[in-house]
Amino acid sequence: MLSELAATAFLALSLRSIISLNAYSGYNKPPMFGDYEAQRHWQEVTVNLDAKSWYTNGTHNDLQYWGLDYPPLTAYHSYLVGLAAKTQNASFVSLHASRGIESKEHKSFMRLTVLTADLLIYLPAIWILSVAIDRTFQSNIKELLFLLLALYPGQMLIDNGHFQYNNISLGLAAVAIAAILCNKNYLAAFTFTLALNYKQMELYHALPFFSYLLGTTLSRKSFKSFAIELTAIASIVLTVFAILWLPWLHSIEAASQVLHRLFPLGRGVFEDKVANVWCSINVIFKLRKHFQNHQMALICLGTTLLTVLPTNIILFWRRSKPMFLLTLFNTSAAFFLFSFQVHEKSILLVALPAICLFQWWPNEMLWFLEVSVFSMIPLLKRDHLLIPSVAATVLFHLVFKCNYFKPNKEQMLENKLLNMTVAISEILMLSILVGSLAIKPSARYPDIWPLIISVVSCAHIFLFLVWGYVKQFMQCDRKLYNKIE
Amino acid sequence: MSGYFWQLVGISTALKVLLLPAHYSTDFEVHRNWLAITHSLPLDRWYVDATSEWTLDYPPFFAYFEWLLSQLAKYVDPAMLVVQNLKYASAETVYFQKISVIVMDMIYVLGVRSALAALGVVKSTQQHIAGCMLLLLNVGLIFVDHIHFQYNGFLFGLLLLSVSALLRQRYLLSAFSFAVLLNFKHIFLYMAPAFAVYLLKFYCLGKQRRQFVLSIAKLLAVGLTPFVLSFGPFWRQLPQLISRLFPFKRGLTHAYWAPNIWALYNTADKLAVVALKRTPPNAMSSTSSGLVQEVKHIVLPNITPGTTFVLTLLFMLPILLKLFLSKTKEQARLVFLRAVVLCACSSFMFGWHVHEKAILMCLIPLCLLAVVDRRDAKYAFILSVTGYFSLLPLLFEVDLLVPRYALYLAYMAMFYGQLERIYKATKLGLHLLECIYFLGFLTIPLYEHLFSRLFGVHQQLPFMPLLLTSLYSSLGVLYFFVRYYIYALDIAWPSWPSLTKRRAPQVKFSAAKRKRKTK
Repeated sequence: MLSELAATAFLALSLRSIISLNAYSGYNKPPMFGDYEAQRHWQEVTVNLDAKSWYTNGTHNDLQYWGLDYPPLTAYHSYLVGLAAKTQNASFVSLHASRGIESKEHKSFMRLTVLTADLLIYLPAIWILSVAIDRTFQSNIKELLFLLLALYPGQMLIDNGHFQYNNISLGLAAVAIAAILCNKNYLAAFTFTLALNYKQMELYHALPFFSYLLGTTLSRKSFKSFAIELTAIASIVLTVFAILWLPWLHSIEAASQVLHRLFPLGRGVFEDKVANVWCSINVIFKLRKHFQNHQMALICLGTTLLTVLPTNIILFWRRSKPMFLLTLFNTSAAFFLFSFQVHEKSILLVALPAICLFQWWPNEMLWFLEVSVFSMIPLLKRDHLLIPSVAATVLFHLVFKCNYFKPNKEQMLENKLLNMTVAISEILMLSILVGSLAIKPSARYPDIWPLIISVVSCAHIFLFLVWGYVKQFMQCDRKLYNKIE
Repeated sequence: MSGYFWQLVGISTALKVLLLPAHYSTDFEVHRNWLAITHSLPLDRWYVDATSEWTLDYPPFFAYFEWLLSQLAKYVDPAMLVVQNLKYASAETVYFQKISVIVMDMIYVLGVRSALAALGVVKSTQQHIAGCMLLLLNVGLIFVDHIHFQYNGFLFGLLLLSVSALLRQRYLLSAFSFAVLLNFKHIFLYMAPAFAVYLLKFYCLGKQRRQFVLSIAKLLAVGLTPFVLSFGPFWRQLPQLISRLFPFKRGLTHAYWAPNIWALYNTADKLAVVALKRTPPNAMSSTSSGLVQEVKHIVLPNITPGTTFVLTLLFMLPILLKLFLSKTKEQARLVFLRAVVLCACSSFMFGWHVHEKAILMCLIPLCLLAVVDRRDAKYAFILSVTGYFSLLPLLFEVDLLVPRYALYLAYMAMFYGQLERIYKATKLGLHLLECIYFLGFLTIPLYEHLFSRLFGVHQQLPFMPLLLTSLYSSLGVLYFFVRYYIYALDIAWPSWPSLTKRRAPQVKFSAAKRKRKTK
């Protein structure tokens, strides 16, 4: 119903704007501040300098101070927002002088830009995705899916609380997924390229798109239609890249400088505590002592490829839409666990396909989404967002429980086991959370609680990856595959 | 779907917790001051102290409640309990006071549960779900209690408990709880006539003489006990206390005109001044200066507290008469609820120094009516669109602009969606003009945030958006008042043949019940 759709959208918007009332990352923390200042600084740089010097070190662009390290589309977006900032109040983006600016007016402005992106890109995108899933699988759950996508606390807390614009890249990716589901492959290629050009982390999603599109084109009956389709997709991707990268294509040097900014090998395998395999291994086996940075990068690349290739090869041979979503989940989870330079927030990239799988494994996915928020707790706590995080997660959980239909008898037994596991895991997470609040860490291990949270979340996500693989192999079995389709 | 009630309670609590960092109004300092007064001063100074301009002006039960809270508050931050610490707002103080509102809302939750059950709304039906959603997630209470800061939630909880006791025919309990409520916040006095008439008719009258006297005596004893407990300790300074509770010096309208008849009256006066080109004798006391001042009308006659009082009572009479003439208790149930709404609405329309928040006294009982009768639902929706909108100026902080519009729109959309679900076959039947009126509300934010800035008039006319909101909403409230009054009355006027077609909403109630069973 239209009214309920509107209610959901406005509820989503109000929760986001309410979370916006909280502090942002790096608030009152000179000299470097946090992601909020980074975004503002990019506006300052892009508005005041010409595009060629955005990614290069110079007298007016100190790359050590939040140098631009996202692809061109982010830069253009910063430029647009910067222009708006300039008309609002020129001191927001004045070169050099605006560094570390913190005022109520500026905060309201910045928060409003994120809300604008939510309203214009993210919310419509997830509505399109919900409709696409609903149509493809005839499941009649588009309202529920939209509600869950719109109220997923992770994205709200990072974008509207911590301060980032994941809503744009995730929104574009969501449209791309929807396009695949509706067999609009060209549109998928186009929007996904845009997403990739907004945040390079969208590479987590790239392989399934690649293998699905390649598989589809290869399966065409005649060579002619195959060739046409492949060229069309390739030219769409290349054209979008060419247009977006135009200012830096005049020399190889400039282009490679941008690339170097996007993939900073120098920054180490992980920065803060993050719920991936390397950070967990690091507890007992100090990686940095044993490996050079570039060695580590190679190890990451190897393990990541090893974990993502099987799932994508399966997708390539056994293409189906549920399989595509499952592969998307597996690939992004594997990337999160094994790749180089992973941030806590990258879990959002796994959460998006997780919600898409909701209709087949609702309880599992709800569990995963809660784990995903839990894994970001150290980050959110640093930003003084702990209370809103817990409240938003409880709200999300209860909205799910309110709406979710009762399982049928067949699933009951399976569900009993699952429910018990989920209950144990949730109690574990809750007690860790309470423990981290109640017990002060000793001076010897100041980071003990973030570490525990990371390791526990990592174990969960790893299990989910294994689970995803099992489900995928089971789907290859024709019978189960039919049941799911 | 069984556990949805407590899940909704959890959802609303989570939403309120999310709102903890929201900006609060001066009412926060008002209540902080009351905490300090009740904690630090002896009883006989409570209603005398005037260190802060926000003197204690609620009845004694509320003061006792603040005293109880202060017993906890001293473990949180003793500094908030010092009377001289004006505008003290440490993080602990803010969290303590805001959380106390959230916790006290549990009484409201009980009230909602009990009132829906007493109305005979069967659990797990769409009616019940809708009723829970409309009441538990009520956007007006969220605005006023959890952003603006007040303790209306638990007071409305008491009201709903009292209503439900009455509907369950536990009359003494109802009278008692209503009397307790009056001793928490005396504004509910405006609803007292409906309670009084119902109790008189169905508890006292229609019996033998002895029993009549006995029941009157019982009712009085039960009803007056809370007053004795409440006012007893202050019997030496009753006049002082009363002068605090009923400050008639405050003027006809509040700084922001509540959307009632006086908003229209003030405007008419202003327009008349312009039209007749009469210069105001004293420009400073003009009504739109935005300060709490006494209003002097220039062309139209001045309004005295007595006039407002008489008008209020006069407009309560018809529905009270109708309630009195109801034949059976079954019939009277809905009439009683409508009488509560209309009494509150009469006082809102004509009362002296009405606050915009008082519209909640009509809106909350209407949520109950909305889920049992289709036509009540229609009027409830009309008043909700208007009434909740008129609360928006309470949240004027820049950062609250998006939340206030988004929450308002989400709630109204949810309201409409729930009504659509309940009354599937029969449409809500909104008239085209009513829809146009709703759309007209869009022009106010458009003017406030866009046009006034484009034309650069927002500096010269800072109160224009407030004036527009108040005026435009008052049209809606007036429309609701007239239409709903006619609707609520026309049922039992048998000598009016032209109206017979639109009769008998009470039958509707049982019809709704039947429909539920077949579902």
